[in-house]
Amino acid sequence: MSNSQFALDISGLRKSFDRPVVIDLELKVKAGEFYALLGPNGAGKTTILRMVAGLLRQDAGSISVLGIDTARDPIAARQIVAWVSDEPMVYDRLTPLEYLEFVAGLWRIDAREAERHSNELIDWLGLRPHANERCGGFSKGMLQKVALAGALVHDPRLIILDEPLTGLDAGSARQVKDVLKQKVASGVTVIMTTHILEVAERMAERIGVINHGRLVAEGTLAELRTRIGRETTLEEIFLDLVAQKEADLATEAAA
Amino acid sequence: MSLAPATLSWFAAHEFRLAWRDWLAVMTAGKRVRGIVLFGVLALFYIGLHLFANALMAPWMAAGIGPDKATLVTVTGTGFLFWTVMLSQALESITRAYYARSDLDLILSSPASSARVFAVRTSATAFATVLLACLLASPIINTLAAHDGPKWLAAYGVLAGFGALAAAISVLVTIGLFRTIGPARTRLAAQIIAGIVGAGFVIGIQAVAILSFGNMNRYAVLQSPEFITAAPEVGNLIWLPARAAMGNVADMLLVVALGFGTLALVIRLTSASFAQNAIAAAGVSATRVQQTASTRPFRQASQRHALRVKEWKLLRRDPWLLSQTLMQILYLFPPALFLWVSYGQNAGTYVVVIPVIVMAAGQLAGGLSWLAISGEDAHDLVVTAPISPRAVLIAKIEAVTMSVAAIFAPVLVCLAIASLELAWITAAFVAVSAGSATAIQLWFRVPMRRAMFRRRQVASRVATISEALSSIMWAGAAVLVAGNQWIAALPAILAIVVLAVAYALSPKGKRV
Repeated sequence: MSNSQFALDISGLRKSFDRPVVIDLELKVKAGEFYALLGPNGAGKTTILRMVAGLLRQDAGSISVLGIDTARDPIAARQIVAWVSDEPMVYDRLTPLEYLEFVAGLWRIDAREAERHSNELIDWLGLRPHANERCGGFSKGMLQKVALAGALVHDPRLIILDEPLTGLDAGSARQVKDVLKQKVASGVTVIMTTHILEVAERMAERIGVINHGRLVAEGTLAELRTRIGRETTLEEIFLDLVAQKEADLATEAAA
Repeated sequence: MSLAPATLSWFAAHEFRLAWRDWLAVMTAGKRVRGIVLFGVLALFYIGLHLFANALMAPWMAAGIGPDKATLVTVTGTGFLFWTVMLSQALESITRAYYARSDLDLILSSPASSARVFAVRTSATAFATVLLACLLASPIINTLAAHDGPKWLAAYGVLAGFGALAAAISVLVTIGLFRTIGPARTRLAAQIIAGIVGAGFVIGIQAVAILSFGNMNRYAVLQSPEFITAAPEVGNLIWLPARAAMGNVADMLLVVALGFGTLALVIRLTSASFAQNAIAAAGVSATRVQQTASTRPFRQASQRHALRVKEWKLLRRDPWLLSQTLMQILYLFPPALFLWVSYGQNAGTYVVVIPVIVMAAGQLAGGLSWLAISGEDAHDLVVTAPISPRAVLIAKIEAVTMSVAAIFAPVLVCLAIASLELAWITAAFVAVSAGSATAIQLWFRVPMRRAMFRRRQVASRVATISEALSSIMWAGAAVLVAGNQWIAALPAILAIVVLAVAYALSPKGKRV
């Protein structure tokens, strides 16, 4: 594994579907950092993260995870990355423990170590009473916790989460946030998209704002406040930045 | 829409619009040319069915069709075959009306009458059942009408009456299941009953034919002098549907009135309980299934083995698949019985079982392959795992292959006891047929949730048709090879052409 100072290094990234969705994106996230990626619906956040996770191919540009080029060595990159989507990727007819055993098999984790870690995660996320129930009847929050346990069972160095707190109750959201904080404290990098701006405000060390496929602003909360020139909440900063970008685009279109 | 909202006709118009758009989307996939081509192909196929029916019934029609006991037995037997298929289809559709959640939550939470929704959906099921039965039976009815007079068109009325009766019985069976075994088991039980009803009569008369006459022709029983002699006299009420189908208008009207009258009565009596049962069915998805707490430690496994074990666990725990596999095994019962009865005779007598086995293998492999390859609930997880897509596919194909082998091995062993040579030939064609179905599913793979299995056949018409055609061609080739016929090359070549066309039409290079 490379000892690159960047957990994620994106350069000149482009992706189009029927229209450009990501345009010449430059993004760097330091190792051990908690990074929040914000943006309005359809801004391109999920597309960017799906390309990082290897779920979409980029049209141009490069993505490097801890020094590993995801296009050149996708298997090595996947070994150290975990992806948690807003729709939990869990099998209805497996129990959480069976699911974790399967994930451990896919990531080639030593069985004994995987079992120990799985039980730890099951306890950590409050899933013990349901460890031997099939996931089919679980609530969204429980499924999300099983998916998160699956993402953590192989000790990833970079965790990418797409709206992980959507649909979670306060207790479950707290558990997930605590787990993520502990992971960051242990040196793991977390990149998360969220529409819950308070979460980004409280948890993220740096925040990136995406709009129309471009990174329109980036920095710590203090840096973003300085940029718009007033002491305000992240919500106000976000709305200002998005409105500014919309105005720029409208001017460009008029010209 | 100018109809008064939430009335029976308003709901009917809403259902019709949804069904029409769904059908158009399935048939054309939004492409007009594709729709026209598909329509042309289906029209040709339909004409072909008429020609086939004509060839099949020519000797019977040439001998003259009179209202004698032999004719009444044949018409009643054939009609009953159609009716079991109608009942099977209606049972599946009615169960779906309770469990499908697409818009039911919206409707049930609205102030509109759920009884009206139920009345419309049950009527729609009856209509779809009648339509399918009419389409299936039309080559026979039209051929008879062309040769023996338009009086045979009365058979369409009989089909409509019996279609309505099938829908009514299906409603009663479903509600009976809800009350006796509860909503958690009703869907699976209804699927199994539908399968057994659909196949039961065919398998039953085939079994009787094998045991009594030593052949698998299901009409052997219906045409046997002993059976005809033992049947009730011509004036008996049991022949009323047959007389109606043969052009007795009064009898036909009676069948129609009985069928639709029963359906109306059943809808009236049961529609009030629809909301209650549908809500109970909705609660099933929130029911948790407790697995026996495992005390065994995690097993060290290769990535491919982990994938195989996962597939086997999911296949084993899939109630739909279990019912379908049961059906495949049911269909294998007549050939197995035939083998058992024919054991010790000349190998040539049981050559007829080979195509059944080869076709069943192709169909089962197609279903299993879809579940394993396309029906991946955790698609993102598998794609983001440090394993090459090729290795994932190999593991899934291995899981399917081993499952098919486990199901067909006992049948092949039975065949080997009778004839080793035929067993080898059958095994080879089972492998080719299953392999072809798997390959087609591989080329047309589209990630979907396993619960979307029903959409499998509409997701790609090309894949569905190719899968069926290749199974049929390989079955034909197998039986001809077993009979030492050089013409076996023809269906084999056609099967390869089908595969080549399917590959050429498959959406290559559009996936990660």
